Amino acid sequence: MNLTDFTITQTHNGLKKKEFSATELCEAYLDKIQKDNKNIFAFLALTEDLAREQAQKTDEVISRGGNISLLSGVPCAIKDNILIRDFICTAGSKILENYVSPYDATVIKKLKSQQAVILGKTNLDEFAMGASTENSAFGPTRNPYDLERVPGGSSGGSAAAVAANLACYSLGSDTGGSVRQPAAFCGVVGLKPSYGSVSRYGLVSFASSMDQIGPITKTVKDCRIVFDVIRGEDELDSTVVPTKINNEKLELKNLRIGIPREYFVKGVDPEVERIVREAIKKIESAGAKIKEISLPHSEYALSCYYIIVPSEASANLARYDGIKYGYSVVKDAENPGNGLLGIYLQSREKGFGDEVRRRIMLGTYALSAGYYEAYYLQAQKVRQLIKKDFDKAFSAVDVLLTPTTPTPAFKIGEKIEDPLSMYLSDIFTSAVNLAGLPAISIPVGKIGNLPVGLQIIGGPFEENKILSVGEILEQL
Amino acid sequence: MISEKDVNHIAGLARLGLTSSEVKKFQKDLSSILGYIEKLKKANVKTVRNIDQSPSLKNVMRDDVAVKQSEDVTNKIIGLMPDTKERFLKVKSIF
Repeated sequence: MNLTDFTITQTHNGLKKKEFSATELCEAYLDKIQKDNKNIFAFLALTEDLAREQAQKTDEVISRGGNISLLSGVPCAIKDNILIRDFICTAGSKILENYVSPYDATVIKKLKSQQAVILGKTNLDEFAMGASTENSAFGPTRNPYDLERVPGGSSGGSAAAVAANLACYSLGSDTGGSVRQPAAFCGVVGLKPSYGSVSRYGLVSFASSMDQIGPITKTVKDCRIVFDVIRGEDELDSTVVPTKINNEKLELKNLRIGIPREYFVKGVDPEVERIVREAIKKIESAGAKIKEISLPHSEYALSCYYIIVPSEASANLARYDGIKYGYSVVKDAENPGNGLLGIYLQSREKGFGDEVRRRIMLGTYALSAGYYEAYYLQAQKVRQLIKKDFDKAFSAVDVLLTPTTPTPAFKIGEKIEDPLSMYLSDIFTSAVNLAGLPAISIPVGKIGNLPVGLQIIGGPFEENKILSVGEILEQL
Repeated sequence: MISEKDVNHIAGLARLGLTSSEVKKFQKDLSSILGYIEKLKKANVKTVRNIDQSPSLKNVMRDDVAVKQSEDVTNKIIGLMPDTKERFLKVKSIF
């Protein structure tokens, strides 16, 4: 077995028993990235100096005979829309190609304080807008299981890095499925925490009422370890709700599982449905109670999502104006822009890719005079109905099980020319963000060589429950 | 179906420059997406009274004080500005 095959727990034990040093481990990962990244393109940039420095710190503690934390010395990868001080953060966009972060995101501060070894920044769809990483301004990431296929998105680089053993774990961000869908496509575990569980300070803003940072790992146990480190209060993000770490054990015989019928419909690949139903059967045989339930407003979730998200994005991305920071035509010697308006128009035209401009326009349209009531206000009302559906469901069951995606990974190029078909990739994941709930995707089988993910959805701040169900399913 | 005029109007509001071939492409894309979103209008929202996210939550406020950053951080932020004069951000004249 190679050092890069280990889970977080295995790596931690190896370090503690001095089977290998953190520096050796770090070099093993950097060598593997050197060799394999050109095929997969999971990483946009490496942060080798930071990685080596953190590994050395871990080794010093170990050689002094001190205790190390679970993440100490363990190499990880960070989605390139999360700020690491003094390193470039592109968000997958030309407009931030040369943007050097002046500060650390809160999650990075927390990881650094545990001596986590940060290897580099991973590829993503531009500003996290997409489901395949094909919208990255720097080229697509490839699925390690089939290089002709997408790894999913937008955290495609983070998921591919873990699947290809280029990092022991990674961080992604999830606005409508961007952690869970790539985790499902790459056969790894991905958690989208409850809105308000993890600080968004230092995450490049996309849709602020839905964005959450979440871990991508090899096992559910690892996922819990990373979540427990990055979660919790932060005075720099007022939306984080103070909660305590909960590791209470779940009794399988008391567990009530809901199966929402709207998630098992036409359009789901029959093989995906078969694999997911098999997993449900297994947990039922082990003692859990299964109940079919209904989330009647599910059919509106994606439409609702694609009004609210572009609306918030159009406001958030107004900051990229060619004046304050980021790409500006002012610096273009041949065509430095004509007047203030010219600088706005041309900097944003050249700096943003097609999908970002599409969403900015969609949001601007939905918020404009004459359309606001019909689109934005209506969507906010429907959002409440979707939330109520879930509230009602969780009064009868503990968790919901669904497929994470209707199909396994699709081919590179298959959907990029048809934005609507790309949007439909989020059909089973976006309602969770509208309702602010926690959800995890775990691998439950394969169709040929392609992994299939099962989604476990919980009530607000019930991360412990979904992680526990995930841990149980992993053992069955 | 939205018109070319609509696309130009929205792009103007959003301060996005578009070439004429892009106007046609986005007209097609946006029309297809808006066509799908149309179904939202069928949802019965009569029972929804307010659209507050979470009526039970309160605003979290902090004291209105500036947090002083080190000169190193300030210099880095100034370094990110596209156009400066001394330590000031330079903006094109508005009139």
